[in-house]
Amino acid sequence: MNFSVRDLMPMLPEIFLLAATCFILIFDLFLSDRRRHVTYLLTLAALLGCGWLSFATMTGSTVTYTMHGMFVDDLLSGTLKLMLYVTVAAVLVYSRQYLHKRGMFRGEFFALLLFATLGMMVMISASSFLTLYMGLELLSLSLYALVAMQRDSALAAEASMKYFILGALASGMLLYGMSMIYGATGTLDITQIGLLLQAGVGNSTVLAFGLVFIVAGIAFKLGVAPFHMWVPDVYQGAPTAVTLFIGTATKLAAFAFVIRLLAQGLVALAGDWQQMLVILSVLSMAIGNITAIAQTNLKRMLAYSTIAHMGFLLLGILAASIDGYSSAMFYVVAYVITGLGSFGMIMLLSRRGFEADKLEDLKGLNQRNPWYAFLMLLLMFSLAGIPPTIGFYAKLAVLQAVVNAGYTWLAVVAVMFSLIGAFYYLRIVKLMYFEAPVDTHDIRPALDMRVLMGVNGLAVLALGILPQALMSVCLYAVEQSL
Amino acid sequence: MLAGHHLLSLVIWVPILSGVLVLATGSDRQAVLARILALFGALAGLFVAWPLYTQFNVQTADMQFTEFSSWIPALNINYHLGVDGISMPLMLLNSFTTVLVVIAGWRVIQNKVSQYMAAFLIMSGLINGMFAALDAMLFYVFFEAMLIPLFLVIGVWGGPRRVYAAIKFFLYTLLGSLLMLVAFIYLFFQCNGSFEILDFQALPLSLPVQILLFIAFFMAFAVKVPMWPVHTWLPDAHVEAPTGGSVVLAAITLKIGAYGFLRFNLPIVPDASHYMAGFIITLSLIAVVYIGLVALVQSDMKKLIAYSSISHMGFATLGIFLFNTLGMEGALVQMVSHGFVSAAMFLSVGVMYDRLHSRQISDYGGLAKVMPVFAAFFMLFSMANVGLPGTSGFVGEFMVIMAAMKVNFWYAFLAAITLILGAAYTLWMYKRVVFGDVVRDEVAKLRDLVPREFFMLAVLAVLVLGMGLYPLPLTEIMHSSVNNLLAHVAQSKLP
Repeated sequence: MNFSVRDLMPMLPEIFLLAATCFILIFDLFLSDRRRHVTYLLTLAALLGCGWLSFATMTGSTVTYTMHGMFVDDLLSGTLKLMLYVTVAAVLVYSRQYLHKRGMFRGEFFALLLFATLGMMVMISASSFLTLYMGLELLSLSLYALVAMQRDSALAAEASMKYFILGALASGMLLYGMSMIYGATGTLDITQIGLLLQAGVGNSTVLAFGLVFIVAGIAFKLGVAPFHMWVPDVYQGAPTAVTLFIGTATKLAAFAFVIRLLAQGLVALAGDWQQMLVILSVLSMAIGNITAIAQTNLKRMLAYSTIAHMGFLLLGILAASIDGYSSAMFYVVAYVITGLGSFGMIMLLSRRGFEADKLEDLKGLNQRNPWYAFLMLLLMFSLAGIPPTIGFYAKLAVLQAVVNAGYTWLAVVAVMFSLIGAFYYLRIVKLMYFEAPVDTHDIRPALDMRVLMGVNGLAVLALGILPQALMSVCLYAVEQSL
Repeated sequence: MLAGHHLLSLVIWVPILSGVLVLATGSDRQAVLARILALFGALAGLFVAWPLYTQFNVQTADMQFTEFSSWIPALNINYHLGVDGISMPLMLLNSFTTVLVVIAGWRVIQNKVSQYMAAFLIMSGLINGMFAALDAMLFYVFFEAMLIPLFLVIGVWGGPRRVYAAIKFFLYTLLGSLLMLVAFIYLFFQCNGSFEILDFQALPLSLPVQILLFIAFFMAFAVKVPMWPVHTWLPDAHVEAPTGGSVVLAAITLKIGAYGFLRFNLPIVPDASHYMAGFIITLSLIAVVYIGLVALVQSDMKKLIAYSSISHMGFATLGIFLFNTLGMEGALVQMVSHGFVSAAMFLSVGVMYDRLHSRQISDYGGLAKVMPVFAAFFMLFSMANVGLPGTSGFVGEFMVIMAAMKVNFWYAFLAAITLILGAAYTLWMYKRVVFGDVVRDEVAKLRDLVPREFFMLAVLAVLVLGMGLYPLPLTEIMHSSVNNLLAHVAQSKLP
């Protein structure tokens, strides 16, 4: 067993982030409350450092394994990590003011956020069931704490508890499934498993059993029906800054999680998991879109919308082709961009002691501030999948993959549910444009937030008019890594 | 020529960019600036569209002014534009209507002027793009994107039930178009990865597949036409929309449905079109007769004109599915004519509504005494709506009835009934509104047309009469394209 420092090179970003997080955690202890923004800036700097390292060590088409095949560095992981840093940085910028006003602008928040990010990076680069699980738990444990950050909020405590219990259950299922696959193939290495299953190794009953549990675990983590119960409560109960994080950044990791498990490890069982994903996906689109109509809380509505979107994402995965995976990746990126803006808008409209998380808080936004109303309009139409916004091309790419895989009927079902979905996004537009405002406070966000919001909202339009670049990035990353 | 090879791009993007510019003027403090900019934008849009007519080659059925550049290579979607004799007149109609809409909203709209004007300009560009698109996905993008401004126009500046009407309108049209999206994706794979409409048209398809595709397209376009029984969004949307919205809805968006039939249903699935022709003709005749009867009992003028639009569009769909030159050209003439006549009718109602804030027929009476000039214009447009010889309304209807006669006597008979019904509901409304004694004091105080209104109605009057007396320039443009389309439809695409 030779070990050289060079073996650590592919995981340089992770090592750097771990060191930086520990440093920030300790350094923060010596800062007075007035100086807390130093922690904030250091956190951003840590992400920037990670970004530079990831970019510099990007290997192109070569796939590098390290730590005895437990950790992989390929184009997919590099691309997803870079997207992850950008997303987390955007989350930080959106949350700054919000956290300040709620007394949550503390060192723990940043440390937990960075630990969660680290967990996601490990997940993205995992090449063994063990690594994958480790990353997942690091992410989940940080998230449980983040959700409960607002100590005096009963809703947050309940959400955190629910999240913890259901999350633990899901982890248990996942582990159970993994152990069965291990039993059948004798290895935890995802690449090995892929090869062995291709060769027809393993008892098919045991494998099918393991697969069911793994898919259930995935469904829990993605938050797709019928394992979606935690999503609305957590989204609503968590502080919006944390909801923003859960609703966007973790979706990137979840995508990697699904790809590593299903598309790389268990691809030989695609015939089996495709059937399961069909059910999960149709159920999620149905439950997500229909239940969202009845919501009066914006965060809860967006939670159900996420369920529906994750169902749509699974459509891309279940096509089980390069096109399908890359369309799913494009979908998830499009969703992250749009989700960032939508939750960001809630924080932008919130003030001290007031959460703008009810639908009626959006009433008459066009009269209060036409610019933000216009941005929100773009975001909502993107979620609904109406051109010329990025959401449309995401749906188009996924539908194309689905039809190509021979599931034309599924495409018809999917578009019918997006029609239902369009209703509640339209309702938001209706509230903003067609009704008179109830809340007449001035909207005065800080400059950084204003800029980010503008960039975010216009990105939805610009990437909708010219989606080619992002699409080819996704296609290339998936092609080179699978 | 200043436009060079990018004429169609200019026709699409000049209105959109002027719309963005108008939007940038911001709040209502700069309303005057917004209005003037919008007028310039609309005129510029018409100006750049004009060469489409003057430089159009009537001899060929090929696509003209084509532009091609790659847009999204990952999905093989191209920015491919071109027009033929079917789409070109509709683009001109659209660019022209935009100018009218801006003028019509000049004084009336006082609230969020820049947004109102910008919505119409952007919509105008998007509709032009839709007519010019030769790539199915490009078409779809314009087709859907156009809904957003129209949704806002109805919902923000509309009448009391505007919210209901706007959402109904949006969801109805989205329902149809989503199925069409799936159809496009299916055809994409059948065509070995191409979204070109012309490739779709050349593709052999079996009859069951053709029928399914036909239904998908039909859903998208029948809602737009609108055909009975999916017409119910139209009266709501029309009644609640501001005048400009009603004009665009009637003059332009209804044509999109019929255009879709001509561009997609007929050439892509010709066998299914023949197979389903009886069904479509039945629906069209129901629209013509039944909706005509419904129009008769309306007490709201806008609703009456809305129903009359559905009835008139029934003529267009009837003409299209008769599969002969006369019928199809009649349908196209009817579409353009209806664009002028319905715009004029809605603008006339708008003129009255701006003064009295009522659309109820019973609130008027005796307008001839207080607004004689207006009454004269209104008379002309009512006659055109009825289809009086000499007006544009006559040409299209007469051509379609003749074409129907060639196919089946009863088609022609039923279609001709509408001439009576149309006369009944239009003239009855006219009588109640314009003639009689002035009963109400408010009516007695009304002022006649101001120059702005006079101008807009006069232009339309000239066009309505011009088309009625000398329709050749229009039919000449269409002739080659229609013949080519019919030749294409006559060939079976069964493998």
